[in-house]
Amino acid sequence: MSTSVSSPSSLARAPGRARAVPGFARRRRAALARLVAPLALLVVWQLASGAGLLSERQLAAPTAIASTALDLIRDGTLTDAIAVSVRRAAAGFALGAAAGIGLAVAAGLSRLGEHAVDPLMQMLRALPLFGLIPLFILWFGIGETPKVALVALGVAFPLYLNTFSGIRGVDGKLAEVAEVLRLGRWGLVRHIVLPGALPQALVGLRQSLGVAWLALIVAEQINASSGLGFMINNAREFLRTDVVVLGLVVYAALGLLTDALVRLLERRALTWRKGFPV
Amino acid sequence: MAQGLPGVTAEAERADTGRPRVVRVRGLTKRFGERTVLDGVDLDIARGEFVALLGRSGSGKSTLLRALAGLDDATGGELSVDGTVAVAFQEPRLVPWKRVRANVALGLRVPDPRAAADKALAEVGLTERGGAWPLTLSGGEAQRASLARALVREPDLLLLDEPFSALDALTRITMHRLVLDLWERHRPGILLVTHDVDEALLLADRVLVLDGGRIAHESRVDLDRPRHRDHPDLTALRAALLAQLGVTTDEGTA
Ligand SMILES: Nc1ncnc2c1ncn2[C@@H]1O[C@H](COP(=O)(O)OP(=O)(O)O)[C@@H](O)[C@H]1O
Ligand SMILES: [Mg+2]
Repeated sequence: MSTSVSSPSSLARAPGRARAVPGFARRRRAALARLVAPLALLVVWQLASGAGLLSERQLAAPTAIASTALDLIRDGTLTDAIAVSVRRAAAGFALGAAAGIGLAVAAGLSRLGEHAVDPLMQMLRALPLFGLIPLFILWFGIGETPKVALVALGVAFPLYLNTFSGIRGVDGKLAEVAEVLRLGRWGLVRHIVLPGALPQALVGLRQSLGVAWLALIVAEQINASSGLGFMINNAREFLRTDVVVLGLVVYAALGLLTDALVRLLERRALTWRKGFPV
Repeated sequence: MAQGLPGVTAEAERADTGRPRVVRVRGLTKRFGERTVLDGVDLDIARGEFVALLGRSGSGKSTLLRALAGLDDATGGELSVDGTVAVAFQEPRLVPWKRVRANVALGLRVPDPRAAADKALAEVGLTERGGAWPLTLSGGEAQRASLARALVREPDLLLLDEPFSALDALTRITMHRLVLDLWERHRPGILLVTHDVDEALLLADRVLVLDGGRIAHESRVDLDRPRHRDHPDLTALRAALLAQLGVTTDEGTA
């Protein structure tokens, strides 16, 4: 293969390949550069705490938080709290996702389903989620049910709306292909409609996971005798800012974790899209 | 409208050629609201016959083809298709989330769809691309995959709606050869919709012109294939067809 005849356009198309090694090093340097500011903030925070500028009651030092984390992991407090909260989130998510996706499929695949489901969903989604908490407490008491229900409700709407619009957005020309290939109604749904709706449904999944954690945090603030929310509230009473911050960090980490899982899922499920890394 | 029963007309009636026919259309009309697009179309296609349909843009070529494909109902008239139908559209319409091979095998009811798909892909010269995603194909490759998906069903009638019009000139020439080659091997009846007079003359047994909602003109092309663009018989036919389409050329007016 001769390099002397390569046209400018072919060079322009693959700049990454031609300079793969320096590009990789540059990306790593860029990743490191992005760490500088957060690390600097941690250092300043630590120094301010050490110098007495930040009192323990306002905000514990990073090192104090880290050692508290180790203690709470060792005595099981933190791991138990995480397990309880994750279980609530998972139960709520599963219920909400089943309802949201199921209703979207029912509404998306038939006019009858749409007339039965969509007006109700459009009406209910206007209700403020957290405004429902008093009602939920009246209906479900203060046990696990209202917390799971709040998460489920928060999850159901983004999944419903996105999956429904994904189904309705499927290219009509592909539906004609299904017709001339005689795929039948189920074949149309299985090969064309559902896979076609998947990208939009995954957008809904990411939104719904964001809502799920938020709903869980709010629900756990109200009254809980276990879980991360309980741990944080309990710590507040004893002015333990280290535990409060630790709880927040764990919430954030869980959110990032599920988001990363969805990205992974997207990557695997949407490889057919041009330009998506395989 | 009487959608003819498949199978009952074939033996009873035969096309002019004496061969049994795969398509019989009589007095077909199609209206979109107030607008009459097809106004009494009569059309026969014999088994294994290659028919090209010319017409100005908007003359109703796609409408007629869609009626034959069973995608739209006609407003009136008779239409019967005796046998299986496959369609290749102007845009290849591959399902983007299925690999090329799976696209070809989609809905195929044979014992080994995968092997059948691979064989069809080999016939259109796409053996290497069976595992590729459709969005990574070039225009010509995608159109060949779409042809393979139609042919793998071994149709009695192959409907092609301007399948080459979006391709560059060189690719189009390759595709013409490929279509002839496949037609000679499998002998489906073909209705090729096109607005390219040369394409029609190079490929078809019979060239029809759709105008005013009817088949306004018909030319037989009794030349051996492969044909040459500058064959004297074709020059005369070309001028006549262009005149039918409302285009006057130096040849046509001379
Ligand atoms: N679904 C439709 N609704 C309304 N008008 C249509 C529809 N399909 C086609 N037409 C009209 O019918 C006429 C013929 O269209 P078409 O068959 O696509 O033409 P051609 O393929 O010959 O270019 C055009 O005027 C077009 O606007
Ligand atoms: Mg057309």
